[in-house]
Amino acid sequence: MTQSTCVIIGASHAGAHLAACLRQQKWAGRIIVIGDDDRLPYHRPPLSKALLAGKQSIDQLLIRPESFYQKQNIEFMLNRKVARINRTDKTLQLADGETLAYDKLALCTGARVRRLDICGAELKGVHYLRHYRDVENIKTNLDGQRNIVIVGGGYIGLETAASLRQLGHKVTVIEAAYRVLQRVTAPEVSTFFQRVHQEQGIQLVLDKQVAEFVAAKDDPTRSDRVLCTDGSLYPADLIIVGIGVRPNVELAEQAGLKTANGIWVNEFAQTEDPDIVAAGDCTNHPNALLNTRLRLESVPNAMEQAKSAAASICEQPIQYAAHPWFWSDQCDIKLQIAGFNNGYDEVVLRGDPGVGRSFVAWYLKQNKLIAADCINRPKEFMITKQLLAKQITPEKHLLSDESVDPKRFLEN
Amino acid sequence: MPLIKYIDHSGGEYEADVDVGKTVMDGAMDNMIDGILAECGGCCSCATCHVYVDEKFIPVTGTADGMEKEMLTAVNEPKDNSRLSCQIFVTEEMDGMTVRIPESQY
Repeated sequence: MTQSTCVIIGASHAGAHLAACLRQQKWAGRIIVIGDDDRLPYHRPPLSKALLAGKQSIDQLLIRPESFYQKQNIEFMLNRKVARINRTDKTLQLADGETLAYDKLALCTGARVRRLDICGAELKGVHYLRHYRDVENIKTNLDGQRNIVIVGGGYIGLETAASLRQLGHKVTVIEAAYRVLQRVTAPEVSTFFQRVHQEQGIQLVLDKQVAEFVAAKDDPTRSDRVLCTDGSLYPADLIIVGIGVRPNVELAEQAGLKTANGIWVNEFAQTEDPDIVAAGDCTNHPNALLNTRLRLESVPNAMEQAKSAAASICEQPIQYAAHPWFWSDQCDIKLQIAGFNNGYDEVVLRGDPGVGRSFVAWYLKQNKLIAADCINRPKEFMITKQLLAKQITPEKHLLSDESVDPKRFLEN
Repeated sequence: MPLIKYIDHSGGEYEADVDVGKTVMDGAMDNMIDGILAECGGCCSCATCHVYVDEKFIPVTGTADGMEKEMLTAVNEPKDNSRLSCQIFVTEEMDGMTVRIPESQY
Protein backbone atom coordinates (compact mmCIF):
# COMPACT_ATOMS: atom_id res chain seq x y z
CA MET A 1 0.00 0.00 0.00
CA THR A 2 1.36 3.39 -0.87
CA GLN A 3 1.15 6.19 1.59
CA SER A 4 0.33 9.84 0.81
CA THR A 5 3.16 12.28 1.39
CA CYS A 6 2.83 15.88 2.43
CA VAL A 7 5.96 17.93 1.88
CA ILE A 8 6.35 21.24 3.69
CA ILE A 9 8.88 23.67 2.27
CA GLY A 10 10.10 25.90 5.09
CA ALA A 11 10.99 24.93 8.65
CA SER A 12 10.07 27.92 10.76
CA HIS A 13 6.92 28.93 12.67
CA ALA A 14 4.43 28.19 9.86
CA GLY A 15 6.08 24.97 8.70
CA ALA A 16 6.51 23.57 12.20
CA HIS A 17 2.97 24.37 13.21
CA LEU A 18 1.53 23.05 9.98
CA ALA A 19 3.26 19.71 10.55
CA ALA A 20 1.87 19.46 14.10
CA CYS A 21 -1.60 20.48 12.93
CA LEU A 22 -1.57 17.80 10.23
CA ARG A 23 -1.10 15.15 12.91
CA GLN A 24 -3.70 16.80 15.12
CA GLN A 25 -6.10 16.69 12.19
CA LYS A 26 -5.32 13.00 11.65
CA TRP A 27 -3.16 13.14 8.55
CA ALA A 28 -1.87 9.55 8.48
CA GLY A 29 0.64 9.86 5.65
CA ARG A 30 4.27 10.92 5.63
CA ILE A 31 5.19 14.46 6.58
CA ILE A 32 8.51 15.79 5.35
CA VAL A 33 9.67 19.28 6.30
CA ILE A 34 12.47 20.80 4.24
CA GLY A 35 14.41 23.67 5.78
CA ASP A 36 17.45 25.63 4.63
CA ASP A 37 18.50 26.31 8.22
CA ASP A 38 20.55 23.65 10.00
CA ARG A 39 18.36 23.66 13.12
CA LEU A 40 14.94 22.31 13.95
CA PRO A 41 12.35 25.12 13.88
CA TYR A 42 13.05 27.75 16.52
CA HIS A 43 11.29 30.83 17.82
CA ARG A 44 12.44 33.85 15.86
CA PRO A 45 11.20 36.78 17.98
CA PRO A 46 13.75 36.09 20.77
CA LEU A 47 16.66 36.30 18.32
CA SER A 48 16.91 40.07 18.68
CA LYS A 49 16.27 39.86 22.42
CA ALA A 50 17.04 36.82 24.62
CA LEU A 51 19.45 35.15 22.19
CA LEU A 52 21.34 38.35 21.39
CA ALA A 53 21.49 39.28 25.07
CA GLY A 54 22.80 35.79 25.91
CA LYS A 55 19.87 35.02 28.21
CA GLN A 56 18.82 31.96 26.22
CA SER A 57 20.62 29.53 23.92
CA ILE A 58 19.30 28.40 20.55
CA ASP A 59 18.53 24.97 22.02
CA GLN A 60 16.16 26.62 24.46
CA LEU A 61 14.39 28.38 21.61
CA LEU A 62 13.24 25.30 19.70
CA ILE A 63 9.52 25.52 18.96
CA ARG A 64 9.21 21.85 19.85
CA PRO A 65 11.86 19.35 20.96
CA GLU A 66 13.26 16.67 18.67
CA SER A 67 11.39 14.01 20.65
CA PHE A 68 8.08 15.59 19.64
CA TYR A 69 8.80 15.25 15.94
CA GLN A 70 10.06 11.68 16.41
CA LYS A 71 6.95 10.71 18.30
CA GLN A 72 4.72 12.30 15.69
CA ASN A 73 6.75 10.80 12.88
CA ILE A 74 7.54 14.14 11.28
CA GLU A 75 10.65 13.92 9.11
CA PHE A 76 13.05 16.79 8.58
CA MET A 77 15.44 17.50 5.75
CA LEU A 78 17.50 20.32 7.21
CA ASN A 79 20.15 22.39 5.52
CA ARG A 80 18.52 21.59 2.19
CA LYS A 81 17.11 23.87 -0.48
CA VAL A 82 14.37 23.29 -3.00
CA ALA A 83 15.34 24.43 -6.48
CA ARG A 84 12.13 23.77 -8.38
CA ILE A 85 8.55 22.60 -8.07
CA ASN A 86 7.29 20.48 -10.93
CA ARG A 87 3.50 20.54 -10.64
CA THR A 88 2.89 18.29 -13.64
CA ASP A 89 4.45 15.21 -12.10
CA LYS A 90 4.15 16.50 -8.50
CA THR A 91 7.82 16.41 -7.66
CA LEU A 92 10.36 18.74 -6.14
CA GLN A 93 13.89 19.09 -7.29
CA LEU A 94 16.33 19.90 -4.54
CA ALA A 95 19.35 22.10 -5.08
CA ASP A 96 21.63 19.08 -4.63
CA GLY A 97 19.86 17.24 -7.44
CA GLU A 98 17.66 14.89 -5.41
CA THR A 99 14.05 14.52 -6.54
CA LEU A 100 11.20 14.15 -4.08
CA ALA A 101 7.58 13.26 -4.86
CA TYR A 102 4.65 14.87 -3.07
CA ASP A 103 0.92 14.30 -2.94
CA LYS A 104 0.28 17.51 -1.04
CA LEU A 105 2.63 20.45 -0.85
CA ALA A 106 2.76 23.33 1.64
CA LEU A 107 4.74 26.47 0.90
CA CYS A 108 5.96 28.03 4.16
CA THR A 109 8.89 29.76 2.54
CA GLY A 110 8.76 32.84 4.76
CA ALA A 111 10.60 36.02 3.99
CA ARG A 112 14.18 37.14 3.65
CA VAL A 113 15.82 40.37 4.68
CA ARG A 114 15.78 43.32 2.33
CA ARG A 115 19.39 44.10 1.54
CA LEU A 116 20.75 47.58 1.30
CA ASP A 117 22.26 47.83 -2.15
CA ILE A 118 24.86 50.50 -1.60
CA CYS A 119 28.62 50.84 -1.92
CA GLY A 120 30.32 48.64 0.68
CA ALA A 121 27.30 46.38 1.17
CA GLU A 122 29.46 43.28 0.74
CA LEU A 123 32.10 44.27 3.30
CA LYS A 124 32.75 42.41 6.53
CA GLY A 125 31.20 44.08 9.51
CA VAL A 126 27.82 44.52 7.81
CA HIS A 127 25.23 42.23 9.37
CA TYR A 128 21.57 41.37 9.02
CA LEU A 129 19.33 39.63 11.52
CA ARG A 130 16.93 36.89 10.50
CA HIS A 131 18.48 33.52 11.35
CA TYR A 132 20.12 32.31 14.56
CA ARG A 133 23.47 32.18 12.78
CA ASP A 134 23.20 35.90 12.07
CA VAL A 135 22.94 36.47 15.81
CA GLU A 136 25.83 34.10 16.53
CA ASN A 137 27.94 36.07 14.05
CA ILE A 138 27.02 39.36 15.65
CA LYS A 139 27.82 37.96 19.09
CA THR A 140 31.35 36.95 18.12
CA ASN A 141 32.00 40.64 17.46
CA LEU A 142 30.82 42.00 20.77
CA ASP A 143 33.99 41.85 22.90
CA GLY A 144 34.42 44.96 25.01
CA GLN A 145 32.40 48.07 24.37
CA ARG A 146 31.63 48.47 20.68
CA ASN A 147 30.35 51.24 18.47
CA ILE A 148 27.32 49.76 16.79
CA VAL A 149 25.35 51.40 14.02
CA ILE A 150 21.91 50.04 13.29
CA VAL A 151 20.37 51.00 9.98
CA GLY A 152 16.59 51.09 10.24
CA GLY A 153 14.33 52.27 13.07
CA GLY A 154 11.65 49.60 12.71
CA TYR A 155 10.85 46.88 15.23
CA ILE A 156 13.92 44.76 14.48
CA GLY A 157 16.24 47.76 14.58
CA LEU A 158 14.84 49.11 17.83
CA GLU A 159 14.69 45.74 19.60
CA THR A 160 18.27 45.04 18.57
CA ALA A 161 19.35 48.50 19.67
CA ALA A 162 17.72 48.03 23.08
CA SER A 163 19.37 44.61 23.61
CA LEU A 164 22.82 45.83 22.59
CA ARG A 165 22.55 48.97 24.69
CA GLN A 166 21.62 46.84 27.69
CA LEU A 167 24.84 44.92 27.09
CA GLY A 168 26.68 48.23 27.43
CA HIS A 169 27.52 49.04 23.81
CA LYS A 170 27.36 52.45 22.18
CA VAL A 171 24.44 52.25 19.82
CA THR A 172 23.36 54.60 17.04
CA VAL A 173 20.18 54.02 15.04
CA ILE A 174 19.95 55.68 11.64
CA GLU A 175 16.44 55.93 10.21
CA ALA A 176 15.58 57.33 6.77
CA ALA A 177 12.12 58.57 7.78
CA TYR A 178 11.66 61.54 10.07
CA ARG A 179 10.43 59.27 12.86
CA VAL A 180 10.98 55.68 13.99
CA LEU A 181 8.27 53.04 13.35
CA GLN A 182 6.86 55.42 10.79
CA ARG A 183 5.24 52.69 8.70
CA VAL A 184 3.42 51.03 11.57
CA THR A 185 2.46 53.48 14.33
CA ALA A 186 1.00 56.91 15.01
CA PRO A 187 3.39 59.85 15.50
CA GLU A 188 2.61 59.88 19.25
CA VAL A 189 3.86 56.31 19.58
CA SER A 190 6.98 57.04 17.52
CA THR A 191 7.77 60.07 19.69
CA PHE A 192 7.37 57.92 22.78
CA PHE A 193 9.77 55.24 21.56
CA GLN A 194 12.28 57.89 20.48
CA ARG A 195 12.24 59.33 24.01
CA VAL A 196 12.63 55.91 25.62
CA HIS A 197 15.55 54.91 23.43
CA GLN A 198 17.25 58.24 24.01
CA GLU A 199 16.74 57.85 27.76
CA GLN A 200 18.48 54.49 27.51
CA GLY A 201 21.44 56.26 25.93
CA ILE A 202 20.85 55.23 22.33
CA GLN A 203 21.67 57.86 19.73
CA LEU A 204 18.86 58.30 17.21
CA VAL A 205 19.60 59.84 13.85
CA LEU A 206 16.40 60.54 11.92
CA ASP A 207 15.63 61.69 8.41
CA LYS A 208 19.00 60.55 7.12
CA GLN A 209 19.86 58.24 4.23
CA VAL A 210 22.79 55.87 4.41
CA ALA A 211 25.01 56.28 1.34
CA GLU A 212 27.93 53.95 1.90
CA PHE A 213 29.59 51.50 4.24
CA VAL A 214 33.13 52.83 4.13
CA ALA A 215 36.05 50.39 4.08
CA ALA A 216 38.54 50.58 6.94
CA LYS A 217 41.92 52.09 6.09
CA ASP A 218 43.81 49.23 7.73
CA ASP A 219 41.56 46.51 6.30
CA PRO A 220 39.77 47.24 3.00
CA THR A 221 37.66 44.08 3.35
CA ARG A 222 35.91 45.44 6.42
CA SER A 223 33.71 48.50 6.96
CA ASP A 224 34.31 50.67 9.99
CA ARG A 225 32.21 53.73 9.16
CA VAL A 226 28.75 54.54 7.86
CA LEU A 227 28.54 57.51 5.51
CA CYS A 228 25.22 59.30 5.06
CA THR A 229 24.12 61.24 1.99
CA ASP A 230 24.61 64.55 3.81
CA GLY A 231 28.27 63.71 4.34
CA SER A 232 28.06 62.80 8.03
CA LEU A 233 30.08 59.81 9.20
CA TYR A 234 29.37 57.36 12.01
CA PRO A 235 32.15 55.10 13.31
CA ALA A 236 31.06 51.49 13.51
CA ASP A 237 32.78 48.37 14.81
CA LEU A 238 29.62 46.59 13.80
CA ILE A 239 26.80 47.52 11.42
CA ILE A 240 23.40 45.84 11.58
CA VAL A 241 20.86 46.49 8.85
CA GLY A 242 17.17 46.00 9.61
CA ILE A 243 15.11 47.56 6.83
CA GLY A 244 12.36 45.02 6.38
CA VAL A 245 11.83 41.75 4.56
CA ARG A 246 10.62 40.46 1.22
CA PRO A 247 8.40 37.40 0.84
CA ASN A 248 10.04 34.32 -0.69
CA VAL A 249 7.77 33.82 -3.68
CA GLU A 250 10.24 32.61 -6.31
CA LEU A 251 9.46 28.88 -6.06
CA ALA A 252 5.73 29.56 -6.40
CA GLU A 253 6.28 32.02 -9.22
CA GLN A 254 8.49 29.65 -11.16
CA ALA A 255 5.82 26.94 -10.70
CA GLY A 256 3.30 29.24 -12.37
CA LEU A 257 1.31 30.02 -9.23
CA LYS A 258 -0.08 33.50 -8.82
CA THR A 259 2.00 35.89 -6.70
CA ALA A 260 1.55 39.57 -5.88
CA ASN A 261 3.35 40.79 -2.78
CA GLY A 262 3.26 37.20 -1.56
CA ILE A 263 1.94 33.86 -2.72
CA TRP A 264 -1.72 34.36 -3.58
CA VAL A 265 -4.02 32.18 -1.44
CA ASN A 266 -7.68 32.14 -0.50
CA GLU A 267 -9.14 32.24 3.03
CA PHE A 268 -8.42 28.51 3.34
CA ALA A 269 -4.70 29.01 2.60
CA GLN A 270 -5.14 27.30 -0.77
CA THR A 271 -3.34 28.33 -3.94
CA GLU A 272 -4.93 27.79 -7.35
CA ASP A 273 -3.40 24.31 -7.37
CA PRO A 274 -5.69 21.99 -5.36
CA ASP A 275 -2.65 20.12 -4.01
CA ILE A 276 -0.69 23.17 -2.88
CA VAL A 277 -1.32 25.36 0.18
CA ALA A 278 0.77 28.21 1.58
CA ALA A 279 1.06 29.82 5.01
CA GLY A 280 2.97 32.46 6.94
CA ASP A 281 4.99 35.55 6.01
CA CYS A 282 5.10 34.47 2.36
CA THR A 283 1.36 34.66 1.67
CA ASN A 284 -0.98 37.33 0.42
CA HIS A 285 -4.34 36.32 1.86
CA PRO A 286 -7.83 37.73 2.27
CA ASN A 287 -9.13 38.68 5.70
CA ALA A 288 -12.92 38.64 5.80
CA LEU A 289 -13.02 40.58 9.08
CA LEU A 290 -11.01 43.44 7.65
CA ASN A 291 -12.45 43.10 4.18
CA THR A 292 -9.06 43.37 2.53
CA ARG A 293 -6.09 41.31 1.42
CA LEU A 294 -2.98 41.30 3.59
CA ARG A 295 0.52 40.04 3.86
CA LEU A 296 1.52 39.86 7.51
CA GLU A 297 4.87 39.26 9.16
CA SER A 298 3.99 37.79 12.51
CA VAL A 299 4.02 34.58 14.51
CA PRO A 300 0.26 34.50 15.27
CA ASN A 301 -0.44 34.88 11.55
CA ALA A 302 1.95 32.04 10.70
CA MET A 303 0.37 29.74 13.27
CA GLU A 304 -3.28 30.46 12.54
CA GLN A 305 -2.83 30.28 8.80
CA ALA A 306 -0.81 27.05 9.11
CA LYS A 307 -3.73 25.51 10.98
CA SER A 308 -6.06 26.49 8.18
CA ALA A 309 -3.61 25.14 5.57
CA ALA A 310 -3.37 21.81 7.40
CA ALA A 311 -7.16 21.61 7.52
CA SER A 312 -7.33 22.15 3.76
CA ILE A 313 -4.84 19.37 3.18
CA CYS A 314 -6.98 17.08 5.35
CA GLU A 315 -10.04 18.20 3.37
CA GLN A 316 -11.80 19.66 6.38
CA PRO A 317 -11.41 23.35 5.56
CA ILE A 318 -11.22 25.93 8.36
CA GLN A 319 -11.48 29.56 7.30
CA TYR A 320 -8.61 31.78 8.37
CA ALA A 321 -10.12 35.04 9.58
CA ALA A 322 -8.56 36.55 12.68
CA HIS A 323 -7.81 40.03 13.88
CA PRO A 324 -4.06 40.45 13.55
CA TRP A 325 -1.98 41.05 16.65
CA PHE A 326 1.70 41.65 17.29
CA TRP A 327 4.12 42.26 20.10
CA SER A 328 7.52 43.80 20.60
CA ASP A 329 9.80 43.91 23.67
CA GLN A 330 12.19 46.83 23.94
CA CYS A 331 14.07 47.85 27.10
CA ASP A 332 11.52 47.40 29.90
CA ILE A 333 8.61 47.90 27.54
CA LYS A 334 6.14 45.39 26.31
CA LEU A 335 4.31 46.72 23.29
CA GLN A 336 1.24 44.69 22.41
CA ILE A 337 -0.68 45.59 19.30
CA ALA A 338 -4.24 44.43 18.76
CA GLY A 339 -5.79 44.85 15.33
CA PHE A 340 -4.45 46.46 12.19
CA ASN A 341 -4.30 50.26 12.10
CA ASN A 342 -4.04 50.61 8.34
CA GLY A 343 -6.12 53.58 7.16
CA TYR A 344 -6.80 55.06 10.61
CA ASP A 345 -8.04 58.64 10.72
CA GLU A 346 -8.02 59.31 14.46
CA VAL A 347 -5.92 58.44 17.49
CA VAL A 348 -7.31 58.50 21.04
CA LEU A 349 -4.77 58.32 23.86
CA ARG A 350 -5.22 56.82 27.30
CA GLY A 351 -2.36 57.91 29.52
CA ASP A 352 0.42 60.32 28.62
CA PRO A 353 3.06 59.15 26.15
CA GLY A 354 5.19 62.13 27.17
CA VAL A 355 5.65 60.90 30.74
CA GLY A 356 6.53 57.45 32.08
CA ARG A 357 6.27 54.22 30.15
CA SER A 358 2.64 53.20 30.08
CA PHE A 359 -0.16 54.32 27.78
CA VAL A 360 -2.53 53.20 25.03
CA ALA A 361 -3.03 54.62 21.54
CA TRP A 362 -6.41 53.53 20.19
CA TYR A 363 -6.83 53.78 16.43
CA LEU A 364 -10.17 54.66 14.89
CA LYS A 365 -11.31 54.70 11.28
CA GLN A 366 -14.55 56.50 10.54
CA ASN A 367 -15.37 56.43 14.24
CA LYS A 368 -14.84 52.68 14.43
CA LEU A 369 -12.19 51.11 16.66
CA ILE A 370 -9.71 49.21 14.48
CA ALA A 371 -6.55 48.77 16.59
CA ALA A 372 -4.60 49.66 19.71
CA ASP A 373 -0.93 50.03 20.56
CA CYS A 374 -0.69 49.06 24.24
CA ILE A 375 2.53 50.09 25.95
CA ASN A 376 2.89 48.19 29.23
CA ARG A 377 -0.92 47.95 29.25
CA PRO A 378 -1.71 44.23 29.07
CA LYS A 379 -5.23 44.66 30.34
CA GLU A 380 -6.19 47.15 27.64
CA PHE A 381 -4.58 44.86 25.08
CA MET A 382 -6.71 41.93 26.19
CA ILE A 383 -9.83 44.08 26.23
CA THR A 384 -9.13 45.51 22.78
CA LYS A 385 -8.87 42.03 21.28
CA GLN A 386 -12.34 41.32 22.63
CA LEU A 387 -13.71 44.69 21.52
CA LEU A 388 -12.49 44.02 17.98
CA ALA A 389 -13.96 40.51 17.95
CA LYS A 390 -17.30 41.88 19.12
CA GLN A 391 -17.07 44.99 16.93
CA ILE A 392 -17.58 47.34 19.86
CA THR A 393 -16.32 50.92 19.78
CA PRO A 394 -16.50 52.55 23.22
CA GLU A 395 -17.19 56.27 23.37
CA LYS A 396 -14.03 58.25 22.88
CA HIS A 397 -14.23 60.10 26.18
CA LEU A 398 -14.38 56.73 27.95
CA LEU A 399 -11.45 55.35 26.01
CA SER A 400 -9.28 58.21 27.23
CA ASP A 401 -10.64 58.31 30.80
CA GLU A 402 -8.18 56.52 33.10
CA SER A 403 -10.78 56.38 35.88
CA VAL A 404 -12.95 54.04 33.82
CA ASP A 405 -12.03 50.36 34.10
CA PRO A 406 -11.58 49.16 30.49
CA LYS A 407 -13.51 46.00 31.37
CA ARG A 408 -16.58 48.21 31.41
CA PHE A 409 -16.20 48.71 27.65
CA LEU A 410 -17.36 45.14 27.18
CA GLU A 411 -20.55 45.58 29.21
CA ASN A 412 -24.03 46.07 27.72
CA MET B 1 10.83 13.88 35.62
CA PRO B 2 7.75 15.58 37.12
CA LEU B 3 4.41 14.32 35.83
CA ILE B 4 1.84 17.01 35.11
CA LYS B 5 -1.81 16.18 34.53
CA TYR B 6 -3.88 18.34 32.20
CA ILE B 7 -7.67 18.20 32.25
CA ASP B 8 -9.55 19.91 29.46
CA HIS B 9 -12.95 21.57 29.68
CA SER B 10 -14.84 18.44 28.66
CA GLY B 11 -13.03 16.33 31.28
CA GLY B 12 -10.44 14.73 29.01
CA GLU B 13 -7.29 13.88 30.98
CA TYR B 14 -3.74 13.89 29.62
CA GLU B 15 -0.50 13.24 31.45
CA ALA B 16 2.86 14.56 30.43
CA ASP B 17 6.38 14.13 31.78
CA VAL B 18 7.83 17.63 31.74
CA ASP B 19 11.52 18.39 32.20
CA VAL B 20 12.43 20.50 35.20
CA GLY B 21 13.01 24.04 33.95
CA LYS B 22 10.48 23.77 31.16
CA THR B 23 7.09 25.41 31.56
CA VAL B 24 3.66 23.88 32.02
CA MET B 25 2.88 25.41 28.62
CA ASP B 26 5.84 23.60 27.02
CA GLY B 27 4.51 20.34 28.46
CA ALA B 28 1.18 20.89 26.71
CA MET B 29 2.76 21.92 23.41
CA ASP B 30 5.26 19.07 23.34
CA ASN B 31 2.49 16.55 23.90
CA MET B 32 -0.10 18.12 21.58
CA ILE B 33 -2.54 18.72 24.40
CA ASP B 34 -5.42 20.74 22.98
CA GLY B 35 -6.76 23.90 24.51
CA ILE B 36 -3.49 25.66 25.23
CA LEU B 37 -2.74 27.77 22.19
CA ALA B 38 0.50 29.55 23.19
CA GLU B 39 0.35 32.00 20.32
CA CYS B 40 3.33 34.03 21.53
CA GLY B 41 5.46 30.99 22.24
CA GLY B 42 5.71 31.66 25.95
CA CYS B 43 6.80 35.25 26.44
CA CYS B 44 3.74 36.39 28.39
CA SER B 45 2.35 38.42 25.49
CA CYS B 46 -0.90 36.76 24.51
CA ALA B 47 -2.64 35.02 27.45
CA THR B 48 -3.66 32.04 25.29
CA CYS B 49 -2.10 29.50 27.68
CA HIS B 50 -4.44 30.21 30.61
CA VAL B 51 -4.89 27.35 33.11
CA TYR B 52 -6.34 26.80 36.58
CA VAL B 53 -3.79 25.39 39.00
CA ASP B 54 -4.73 22.76 41.57
CA GLU B 55 -4.98 24.83 44.79
CA LYS B 56 -2.79 22.38 46.72
CA PHE B 57 0.13 23.32 44.48
CA ILE B 58 -0.19 27.08 44.65
CA PRO B 59 2.45 27.32 47.40
CA VAL B 60 4.81 25.59 44.96
CA THR B 61 3.85 27.43 41.77
CA GLY B 62 3.41 30.81 43.41
CA THR B 63 0.84 33.29 42.16
CA ALA B 64 0.78 35.63 39.19
CA ASP B 65 2.22 39.11 39.45
CA GLY B 66 3.09 42.06 37.22
CA MET B 67 2.30 41.67 33.55
CA GLU B 68 0.85 38.18 34.00
CA LYS B 69 -1.53 39.31 36.73
CA GLU B 70 -2.76 42.21 34.61
CA MET B 71 -3.38 39.96 31.62
CA LEU B 72 -5.27 37.49 33.77
CA THR B 73 -7.77 40.14 34.86
CA ALA B 74 -9.07 40.18 31.29
CA VAL B 75 -9.07 36.49 30.30
CA ASN B 76 -12.22 34.50 29.82
CA GLU B 77 -13.45 33.36 33.29
CA PRO B 78 -10.57 34.34 35.54
CA LYS B 79 -10.37 32.66 38.95
CA ASP B 80 -8.13 32.96 42.00
CA ASN B 81 -6.07 30.01 40.78
CA SER B 82 -5.69 31.31 37.21
CA ARG B 83 -2.17 31.32 35.80
CA LEU B 84 -0.54 31.69 32.42
CA SER B 85 1.10 28.31 32.01
CA CYS B 86 4.10 29.84 30.19
CA GLN B 87 5.04 31.47 33.48
CA ILE B 88 5.00 28.28 35.57
CA PHE B 89 8.49 26.77 35.43
CA VAL B 90 8.31 23.12 36.40
CA THR B 91 10.19 21.93 39.51
CA GLU B 92 10.42 18.48 41.15
CA GLU B 93 7.87 19.65 43.71
CA MET B 94 5.24 19.94 40.97
CA ASP B 95 5.25 16.18 40.33
CA GLY B 96 1.61 15.06 40.28
CA MET B 97 0.17 18.54 39.82
CA THR B 98 -3.10 18.93 37.96
CA VAL B 99 -3.95 21.94 35.81
CA ARG B 100 -7.34 22.50 34.27
CA ILE B 101 -7.72 24.08 30.85
CA PRO B 102 -10.52 26.63 30.38
CA GLU B 103 -13.22 26.26 27.75
CA SER B 104 -11.76 29.03 25.61
CA GLN B 105 -8.53 30.99 25.46
CA TYR B 106 -10.30 34.04 24.01
